[in-house]
Amino acid sequence: MNALRYTLLSAGLVVCCGADWLQFRGSDNTGSTGAAKVPATEFQVKTAEQAAKNVLWSSDLPFQGVSSPIIVGDRIYVTGVTGARQDRLHVACYANADGKLLWQRQFWATGRTLCHPTSSVAANTPASDGRRIYAFFSSNDLICLDLDGNLQWYRGLTLEHPAAANDVGMAASPLVVGGAVVVQVESKGDSFATGVDATTGETLWSVPRKADMNWTSPTLFHPPGGEPLVLLQSPDKLTAHNPKTGEQAWSYEGKCAEISSPVSKSDVVLVPVDGITALRAGAGSANWEKLWQEKGLATGSPSAVIHGNQVYVLNRAGVLTAGDMTTGKVLWKLRAKGPYWATPVAVGEYLYLVNQDGTANVVKTGAESGEVVSTTEFGEQMLASPAYSDGALYFRGAKHLWKIGTP
Amino acid sequence: MIRSARLISGTWLCLLAAFACAPAQAADDVSQGIEVLLAVGPEGKGHREAQAAWKTVSTAPAARLPELLAALDTAGPLAANWLRSAVETIADHVPAEEQKNVAGQLEPFVTDAKHVPTARRLAYDVLARFDPTAADRLMPGFLNDPSTELRRESIERLLTQAAASKDEAASKKLQRQAFEAARDLDQIKSLAEKLEKLGEPVDLPSHFGFVMQWKLIGPFDNAGEKGFDVAYPPETEINPAAKYPGKEGKEVGWIDHTTTDKHGVVDLNAALGKSKGAAAYAFAEFRAAKAGPVDIRVGSNNAVKVWINGKLCDSRRVYHAGFEIDQYISRAELSAGENRILVKVCENEQTESWAQDWNFQLRVCDAVGTAVLSADRVAGK
Repeated sequence: MNALRYTLLSAGLVVCCGADWLQFRGSDNTGSTGAAKVPATEFQVKTAEQAAKNVLWSSDLPFQGVSSPIIVGDRIYVTGVTGARQDRLHVACYANADGKLLWQRQFWATGRTLCHPTSSVAANTPASDGRRIYAFFSSNDLICLDLDGNLQWYRGLTLEHPAAANDVGMAASPLVVGGAVVVQVESKGDSFATGVDATTGETLWSVPRKADMNWTSPTLFHPPGGEPLVLLQSPDKLTAHNPKTGEQAWSYEGKCAEISSPVSKSDVVLVPVDGITALRAGAGSANWEKLWQEKGLATGSPSAVIHGNQVYVLNRAGVLTAGDMTTGKVLWKLRAKGPYWATPVAVGEYLYLVNQDGTANVVKTGAESGEVVSTTEFGEQMLASPAYSDGALYFRGAKHLWKIGTP
Repeated sequence: MIRSARLISGTWLCLLAAFACAPAQAADDVSQGIEVLLAVGPEGKGHREAQAAWKTVSTAPAARLPELLAALDTAGPLAANWLRSAVETIADHVPAEEQKNVAGQLEPFVTDAKHVPTARRLAYDVLARFDPTAADRLMPGFLNDPSTELRRESIERLLTQAAASKDEAASKKLQRQAFEAARDLDQIKSLAEKLEKLGEPVDLPSHFGFVMQWKLIGPFDNAGEKGFDVAYPPETEINPAAKYPGKEGKEVGWIDHTTTDKHGVVDLNAALGKSKGAAAYAFAEFRAAKAGPVDIRVGSNNAVKVWINGKLCDSRRVYHAGFEIDQYISRAELSAGENRILVKVCENEQTESWAQDWNFQLRVCDAVGTAVLSADRVAGK
């Protein structure tokens, strides 16, 4: 894989190998792995005997955080914070083979680090284009390292937008697309979205957003035959932008969710507004067409997941609802004990859910019904969405990182 | 033969000259690289030059670490992180046989409190990594250090010592010592609870430096959050006897208020009556023992402005986004003797149950967090 990566790098291509999980909700930003290699569907982690069956390794985390791990080649990258004020920012690299800590870098936060105790200054999941790691924090520090931990550039966006913060904690994850790192920072004090040159860290564009509380992440939208766009969802609207210029392609106005992000597949965008609203916007289109709207698909904090021709949402009460992607029709519901912050991950016919208390529910999904086939207690708080790579799942808890798979 | 000897001799001279010059050249490159890193700024300013400079600086010999660390004394927040990562990268590559020597070079830097706290803590981290005896040797001396990170660890060691002590009086004394030194909120709160359980008196407001006694006036109008920018009379005059038209034309006047909250929180709903879309002012006189800079640290669920001696030192137009001790920190210059503190607290019209608080707290302290108390302060008030 490294040889392939090197060849692609030499050709100047963005590297995304099949086993990579490059950002929040995976490389394609949908929460679906698109993989058939299903990890263990029943696993336990408490005793050594249980762990021996499916825990390939677990590593102690020397910092706290609720961001998801990402996977690039044979390495896993995790962000965290330490310090009484959570003002020491960490980016750490682990070996995928055995979970060994390979290196970590620390930085001093340049922005505000106040945060609700449930969350963390390390709430934003890092992103990668296969060549570099882009770590973003609630303090609006945006850090670029190469895969070996060498600093490439460092931006402190609070220095440019001093009022862009809230004391609950920011959480929007960065999106790297088309040579730009896009971040969305929205709060009552000040709001903006910006695209930063992935190589130099220089500002490519910046657009103001409505000053209001919002935690949604920039989302990839790549309609067939067109250039990729970045979706920015705010409480009052969703806009689609050229990631290199920030130019707005189209806009949809509606009372959008403030925590769960949009998700797209092909030329369809699912927006968490009035349940879910499905929009179609073809390549180069300056507008959108409304396909359907379904109140029964209301999201809670996790974002919707598109997998095959189904969409899955988790509401605040811990009810998992499956809907039809074509019509929006609710197909089935089941209760899976919450509350949930983490967006689920879909692999094959299974959906992996982790709730705030560290309980993982594995749900077997079908056309007409779903069933919880196993429950695992990790025994520690878990707000991060799991990552997937090559038949294994990676769970980040308050204190540990687990790799679950089949030995 | 002679010619050969001269050639050899000449070659050696050249080589010697090259060796002599090499460190000097490298030194220049590293020093120049540090200057480039110090010049980075917002918006990606200086990034392209810094990328090349970082490669040079981060591969400098470990003997250059004190120079890199000293550069942190003048570095801005962005440059500090470029330098920090270079220090870590250099430290990662120090061979085991050289680590003790490098630790010896770093110790004078760590113990020199003239350097900025962040640089000393970074130097300490590298030192402790290379010298396992450093913690036992140095940590006790950091109990009252300007670096809150070093101080914090020193306090933790003191608490371990207190827990291990079988002498109750000695343990209590150690915990009192730790409390007096504590500047991190979690340590202060935890130690205050422990001391109170032991029957020890704890004056939390004085430890933090919360201002407890205020004059309050309001409500003034803040419908549509517009009052934040309106200069109501208290912004131009402080006259305790004056009456002004307030919200909806109702007359308002100054009232005396002393908070009894141990964290100095003033509940404006309780003191002035519950009001939405409202603005209030709080005024306090503060007698400083000497002139000089202080931190003004505010917590509030509401939009706030703070003036010291008529000069605006903080302005936060944020509503119901959390409340924390030290939520907003600004610097101000106190005069020796009497000083005037004026706070404006604006409440909006949000209807959610979690958006009903109208409150603030304010403390005066130094940059480390050590309370600066008014000379006429009464203990506990």
